[in-house]
Amino acid sequence: MPQIFPKKANALPLLSIGGALVGGVLLIFLVWYYFSPEFTVVGYQPEQPVPYSHQLHAGQLGMDCRYCHNWVENSKHANVPPTQTCMNCHNQIKTQSPKLVEVRESWAKDQPIEWVKVHHLPDYAHFSHAAHVKSGVGCETCHGRIDKMGEEGVYQAEPLSMGWCLECHRQPELYLRPNEEVTTMGYVQPADFVDRNLERIRAEGIQPPTNCSACHY
Amino acid sequence: MANSDDTSTATTDPTPDGADFHDREPLIKGNLSFHDVTEIVAKHTEKQTPLAWYLAFTVASSMALMLVLMLAYQVWNGVGVWGNNQPVGWGWPIVNFVFWVGIGHAGTLISAILFLFRQRWRTSINRAAEAMTLFAVMCALIFPTFHVGRVWAIYWTLPIPNQMEMWPQFKSPLLWDVFAVSSYFLVSLVFWYIGLVPDLATLRDRTNKFFRQKVLAFFSLGWTGANRHWRNYEKAYLLLAGLATPLVLSVHSVVSFDFAVSVLPGWHTTIFPPYFVAGAIFSGFAMVVTLMVIARKIYGLENLITIDHLEKMNIIILVTGTIVGFAYITEFFMAWYSGVEYEQYAFLNRAFGPYAWAYWIMMSCNLISPQLFWSKKLRRSIPVMFTLSIVVNIGMWFERFVITITSLHRDFLPSSWGYFEPTWVDILTFVGSFGLFFTLFLLFLRFVPMVAIAEVKGVMPEADPHFYEEGDGRPAGANVPYIQPAEEASDRPETGETRRGTEPTG
Repeated sequence: MPQIFPKKANALPLLSIGGALVGGVLLIFLVWYYFSPEFTVVGYQPEQPVPYSHQLHAGQLGMDCRYCHNWVENSKHANVPPTQTCMNCHNQIKTQSPKLVEVRESWAKDQPIEWVKVHHLPDYAHFSHAAHVKSGVGCETCHGRIDKMGEEGVYQAEPLSMGWCLECHRQPELYLRPNEEVTTMGYVQPADFVDRNLERIRAEGIQPPTNCSACHY
Repeated sequence: MANSDDTSTATTDPTPDGADFHDREPLIKGNLSFHDVTEIVAKHTEKQTPLAWYLAFTVASSMALMLVLMLAYQVWNGVGVWGNNQPVGWGWPIVNFVFWVGIGHAGTLISAILFLFRQRWRTSINRAAEAMTLFAVMCALIFPTFHVGRVWAIYWTLPIPNQMEMWPQFKSPLLWDVFAVSSYFLVSLVFWYIGLVPDLATLRDRTNKFFRQKVLAFFSLGWTGANRHWRNYEKAYLLLAGLATPLVLSVHSVVSFDFAVSVLPGWHTTIFPPYFVAGAIFSGFAMVVTLMVIARKIYGLENLITIDHLEKMNIIILVTGTIVGFAYITEFFMAWYSGVEYEQYAFLNRAFGPYAWAYWIMMSCNLISPQLFWSKKLRRSIPVMFTLSIVVNIGMWFERFVITITSLHRDFLPSSWGYFEPTWVDILTFVGSFGLFFTLFLLFLRFVPMVAIAEVKGVMPEADPHFYEEGDGRPAGANVPYIQPAEEASDRPETGETRRGTEPTG
């Protein structure tokens, strides 16, 4: 009987088994990296209606985060301030600045400025700012160096993915800081911070949950 | 034809009792030759597709299409379109899952366990039974897959590295189930395929059509029937049989853990694994009987799949059915003996509560009806066994219904007690799963040799190495002479001597 396939077809089984193995591992890696928030959303920087500069206000002027985001210690949600908060100062300072036209209009018409949300969590993940701030998670731990983000707007510095959350929930001693340093930008941990944090975790009974229903309820 | 090579399969079937082909009733009737067997089986994949096949396929695939539509409807609207609701979180989907997985037990039991036990009668039915196994497991896997609700996240059940840093719960029997059923499916598929290789090569050698030859040549992996191929094949088949054997028992044990590991009265029982395995074999054999009774008639396989084969399966149905019935009664004993009032209530509620009708259907179909098979006349009667095999599978579906629903519908909080009712989506999805099953089975009957040709030849008398030399009065064909053993003559030279005589030397 004549051969139906050439002799080199003998390599096909080995090649296909090898290809399936390598391909499978490659596929998992590609999905693991390219489908992750670390790749897809870090660096997201939408255009805002007002060229507000955190670099100027929080950095140079040294305003406390909580002057504007004043609910952060008491609420799940760290609020974006109302126009009134801006006008507290800007009815006396830079009252004629063209960059503030939108703000003054909003104030005059009593219509809120439509800021664009930067940090999105899925609606099935519940997150409380208050719980985190009170346990010593710094603003910059999740939001990055806000004090260096200028007029072009705030961008997302961290992936905010579930794995990223769990890294801290599993080993909080590597990330916590004293409560009075929560809003500090560019905070440098002291040499023995892990021991101090472990001490605090024991004393205050900080037990970050890792069960599903801690966040998904 | 290279069929003479097939005789080497006989080496894997040594006669345990020392009897040879003279003493044994032939398994294959009708005085068939090797070539006849090849013809009987292979012609169904080669002839023009009969009209009846198209009709059956149209019906089956329309039902399968309905399954697809129902699943799409469920994905779009959510699990709420099914009847599942608190406290019955596991409704028909889990009942159907266990039902189909149970059916998927017979094939690999026949092909692996009966192979290791040298049951030569398995050869006529193992191919079709294994195909049935694969298709039943596919139907089974549909239900938990869609029952999770977010079917696009089903890969979360597998331990794949991901940036959520999320792993399956290794302490959960539901995860063990994923591993048990998927490894059972894979091993069964490989086992089935390895067994197919020699037969696919036979089909390949019989065809001249370009496309058909290429496809068959691809799947027969360059099989030539060489001695070396047979040696490797036999080893691989034996190893896979050894690998598949514990899986047959483990799959349904693990499925039963889904229930037994929980703390619900009526589920939390140590008897579950053996009882589930017996039930699975019971329903699987019933399904094989249903399918084989029809297939042997329509495809003219009465000489290959004889009444003797069917009778042996019916005996297994009788044995496993009685084991299952014994387990039902033992459950009651355990409930009484435990002294736990919740456990006792769960069983009284099963037999006399709102689902008593389902319980007594189960009892009469599974325990009482197979007892008819004590009569040799009844277990050799085609209409009786066909009816009974369907009755058994109805009973086994109700067994899973009774276990799942009655334990759930009255939980520890009487305010949530209720009466579970399926929705039309539940019913049509289940009916559709039969459509998928029969679609796949019809494709199998049309394109794959439905009986293991090479293995059947291996259990025929002709496969015995001494068949032609000694003869047994059965005609082997006019052109094969009756050969006497050569007489030993003292004057013959030692060199070049064969049994037939002296070859010229020099």
